[in-house]
Amino acid sequence: MPDTTLQIASDTVAAADIDRELAGLDALELAGRERTSFGARTWNAAWPKVLALLSVLLLWQLVAASNWKPNYVLPGPDPVLRQFWDSLTSGEFTRSGLVFTTLRRALLGFSLAVSIGTVIGALMSQVKVLRTGAASLVTGLQTMPSVLWYPMALVLFKLGEGAIMFVVVIGAAPSVANGILAGSDQVPPILMRAGRVLGARRFTLWKEVVLPASLPAFVSGLKQGWAFSWRSLMAGELIGAATGNPGIGGYLDIQRTNLAYTQMYAAMILILLIGIGVDSIFNVAEKSINRRRGLIDAAA
Amino acid sequence: MTDLATPPAEGIGTRGAASAPSTSGAEVRLDGVSKMFGSGATAVHALDRVSLKAEAGEFVCLIGASGCGKSTLLNLVAGLDRPTAGTVSTAGRTALMFQESALFPWLTVTRNIELALKLQGAGRSQRKARVQELLASVHLDEFGDKRPHELSGGMRQRVALARAFAQDADIVLMDEPFGALDAMTRDLLHDELERLWTERGFTCLFVTHNVREAARLADRVVLLSSRPGRVACEFPNNIPRPRRIDDPTVSAMAAEITLQLRSEVARHA
Repeated sequence: MPDTTLQIASDTVAAADIDRELAGLDALELAGRERTSFGARTWNAAWPKVLALLSVLLLWQLVAASNWKPNYVLPGPDPVLRQFWDSLTSGEFTRSGLVFTTLRRALLGFSLAVSIGTVIGALMSQVKVLRTGAASLVTGLQTMPSVLWYPMALVLFKLGEGAIMFVVVIGAAPSVANGILAGSDQVPPILMRAGRVLGARRFTLWKEVVLPASLPAFVSGLKQGWAFSWRSLMAGELIGAATGNPGIGGYLDIQRTNLAYTQMYAAMILILLIGIGVDSIFNVAEKSINRRRGLIDAAA
Repeated sequence: MTDLATPPAEGIGTRGAASAPSTSGAEVRLDGVSKMFGSGATAVHALDRVSLKAEAGEFVCLIGASGCGKSTLLNLVAGLDRPTAGTVSTAGRTALMFQESALFPWLTVTRNIELALKLQGAGRSQRKARVQELLASVHLDEFGDKRPHELSGGMRQRVALARAFAQDADIVLMDEPFGALDAMTRDLLHDELERLWTERGFTCLFVTHNVREAARLADRVVLLSSRPGRVACEFPNNIPRPRRIDDPTVSAMAAEITLQLRSEVARHA
């Protein structure tokens, strides 16, 4: 042990010096790291999207005006958007619970897929045999277009909700499981070491380090799972797998057979908007998680 | 061998020796420690019969070229790994600091330190006061709500230091903790570390590639030879503290160590 009694006085002076020097250095290091204002960020994010949307509408208008197809088969954006607004405000979409039935199915199917996918993913990440055996199988399942599961689902469950839920789950659960797996694989080893040094053991290590570290990958898995479950659900409704309410997907085909093409296009826009809307919720979650962890350059 | 939990510090007091928590250094002892990785022809002999002792409260720098098993040695002392032969004994709690801060990016500075306390089993109310005191001790009182990525490298290392102290460690192991910092920040952190070490009196095993850093900080510099790692020689360092990196005595000491280090390295030519 070194003799410290002689240095008490000089130490207190040194401490004040260090304090000041460190504070100066800290201030210099952190200068210029302010984030841009909310308004500027919103505008920066919005204008490319607005531009893209306008381009699509313009292209659509051009094709419709070119008389490549008769106007009643391929109407331009103007009558379709009018019809969309009409159907939305007049209650056409919500008549006899059309949209609500679809959203209920989507919510139920997605929740089921998330629960099952999470359990499978967690098991695979913890049990080595399962992981080597089943991981490629799970990924393989995703390459199967979900609509191809319907014949099997109809044989097993007959027409109805059961068949739709089966296909939604089998379409979306692998994405969720893969998200969990990818997340627990990507925990930086240095953080695992740090956790162990701090005294975390099996369960606490998993809870305090592995779980939060894999959150971004899990959210990505959820986002992809949502896209798959929405596609599976629309396919099911479209082919008439539902016995009760046809849902918005079924409505699409009904309008086609009724030759009500403008209504059909309006329904397509609604389906697109719902898909994009939910997707952007996941995007916001993903971005805010990544920003808080410094995975996005604050200036970008 | 392990000592019982050191009682946590009371209150938020001002910084300074009087209010420092009652961690005191504990002895570290390695007797004939060897470590092999793998087996058969491809086995790597990382450490070979290393015997080393750090007195309670002593500041020991381990220095050596690549392949001297410095990091392996720290892992053994930290209990993250077991020796193939020999014994490692520590008479207290150990904390380990890395070249990267290894802070959890999803937690704020405060929460990072709090997690260390939580894993020690400290209660919620107790943790709050202790975090404040620890942050103040590394001059980061105002940065508790920041996330690691919002801080500079030097600030992150100070948080990591505070987190190590949160473990009430009697022995602080440091694996090139300032290796990735710029020279100016590193000099300041040397002053800071020396001050904290003087206040708290922990035992420090500090691994570095930087000879000057070793001469600046250590009570004793241990030179390790490479492949396999062995203790080559030791340099007691009695230069009075507080020291500066540009003290002529520190430079002379560094020159002496460098000479030995080079002749060690030359043996591998």
